[in-house]
Amino acid sequence: MRQLLKTDVSEFRRLLDWTAEMTTHANIPTTAAAIADGVRSGALKAVDVLEAHLAQIAAREGDIHAFNLVTADEARAAAARVDVDVAAGRDPGVLAGVPIALKDNMCTRGIPTTCSSKILEGWRPPYDATVVQRLAAAGAVAIGKTNLDEFAMGSSTENSAFGVTFNPRDISRVSGGSSGGSAAAVAAGFSPISIGSDTGGSIRQPAALCGVVGVKPTYGTVSRYGLVAYASSLDQMGPFSTDVRDSALVLEAISGHDPMDSTSIPQAPLSLQHVLSQGVEGLRVGRITDMPSGADPDVTARLEAAFDALTAAGAKIVDVEMPSMKYALTAYYLIAPAEASSNLARYDGVRYGLRVNATDTNAMYSATRTAGFGEEVKRRIMLGTYALSAGYYDAYYGKALKVRRLISDDFARAYAKADVLLTPTSPIVAFPVGEKSDDPLAMYLCDIYTIPTNLAGHPAMSVPFGTGAHGLPVGVQILAPTLGEQVMFKVAASLERSMIAAGGAK
Amino acid sequence: MSESPSERISAEVVVKVSRLARLDVTPDEVQRITTQMAGMLEHFADIDALDLSDIEPMTQPYPLSNVFREDVVVTGLDREEVLANAPAAEDGRFRVPPIVGLDG
Repeated sequence: MRQLLKTDVSEFRRLLDWTAEMTTHANIPTTAAAIADGVRSGALKAVDVLEAHLAQIAAREGDIHAFNLVTADEARAAAARVDVDVAAGRDPGVLAGVPIALKDNMCTRGIPTTCSSKILEGWRPPYDATVVQRLAAAGAVAIGKTNLDEFAMGSSTENSAFGVTFNPRDISRVSGGSSGGSAAAVAAGFSPISIGSDTGGSIRQPAALCGVVGVKPTYGTVSRYGLVAYASSLDQMGPFSTDVRDSALVLEAISGHDPMDSTSIPQAPLSLQHVLSQGVEGLRVGRITDMPSGADPDVTARLEAAFDALTAAGAKIVDVEMPSMKYALTAYYLIAPAEASSNLARYDGVRYGLRVNATDTNAMYSATRTAGFGEEVKRRIMLGTYALSAGYYDAYYGKALKVRRLISDDFARAYAKADVLLTPTSPIVAFPVGEKSDDPLAMYLCDIYTIPTNLAGHPAMSVPFGTGAHGLPVGVQILAPTLGEQVMFKVAASLERSMIAAGGAK
Repeated sequence: MSESPSERISAEVVVKVSRLARLDVTPDEVQRITTQMAGMLEHFADIDALDLSDIEPMTQPYPLSNVFREDVVVTGLDREEVLANAPAAEDGRFRVPPIVGLDG
């Protein structure tokens, strides 16, 4: 343990040096909580906070490509409104003046929303997503739309029609995906907070690869209204942040029932910040004994360090079994493409986006879709169409739904014994750009530890926990049962404290 | 289900699926997609051996049923704003090519 802590200190020194180099905002706090406190008290001006972040974007965006669009003019107007509210004595909201980057699959009224696809290039949604509305109401300042794998299908943000997003920690490597732009934006200091969507790991995996916190809440906790659908029974939105408190703060602002989403759970917003200091004394942390192998040794070493840190903090480690977890990848890559093939049928060149003209509607649909969709999207539409088609439905889609039940039942048994489970987030650290782009199955395996959560609809989050090969960040994933966000955040905060105690800073 | 990869999916099925999905594929693409899909289906064969006869399919993670709201009139989206996004519009409606084409 002592030896481990010593390693942590040197790792964190390196991280600190890197943070100092990356974050050039003089006198501007790096966390959303501190920015909001400063703006609300009048000690900070929202416009100054914004300009510092726009300057950081100007300095580094050329190397990173986190954004499809930076909305500097709209952001300046929003920041000025926050400052006017503060000056007038009106409550500017809990996220007052906090710059926020939005994944480009969330509808923003009048502002292009592309899903990084040519088929939606130029589309300006006629309404705001509920999350976008709630962030604005809380005083957050949206600064732009971040890059993603086209329609959120991918694990590296290499499938974007508008180019790759590079990892701020090493720009020869991928940022992960599909919310790679949102993860990179926070890691590069472009905004303290970003929002992503997670269908099979698309928040947690890029968070791990970029060294930031990323949360997928319980399905139904955050409204999906205005999130462009990929796989509707799996999609969920959530935050990226540099520390655990900021993700708690944002989730409190964006969660809670929304009548516009029929899968939204009728409940009050989550209450999370008060649990962060509560500690993990007596909590049961599950180790999955039959977890699919394949994680690199540098990643499993950090997972072991996390178990040690939680033990030292008073938690009890218990063994659990998840015998069906090894089938999760198969179930996911049948269910998600099946739902996608249905959801993406709407891109037909009639109501919005691209149209390639042809002599009749059927030819127009095909010509439009063939020209507008990228290779991975076509692959998943084809796979999903096949899995749903007559003669194959029972063998593939029907079976996958039953396997989904087995995995959900495994979780139920595991959570009878454990309060949370701990796994790696990604089996590997950030990989070089291009390394997996010709091998779809190798790319799919990146999500092996994140996918089971989505199938069950449970919450899970990735917290940075030191570094692995090449000094690159490693994330540890905390999984909790349905609506178990509070216990999940307790554990996340405890892991973060153990890193700080080991010589790091948040 | 014990077919070899090549037997799992044929080029003919890929062509049929592409038509159902409204995607045009070239003969080269058919070959490539057939190989890739066969590889994936082979990987997915791990669930073939499971006895799932008594298992209830799971279609959604958090069961909510009959989600209703009060029947109140609300303002919908602005028609002009919506039609401004359409590739072609006329007289307040979406304009499309002929439904019945020359090749049937």
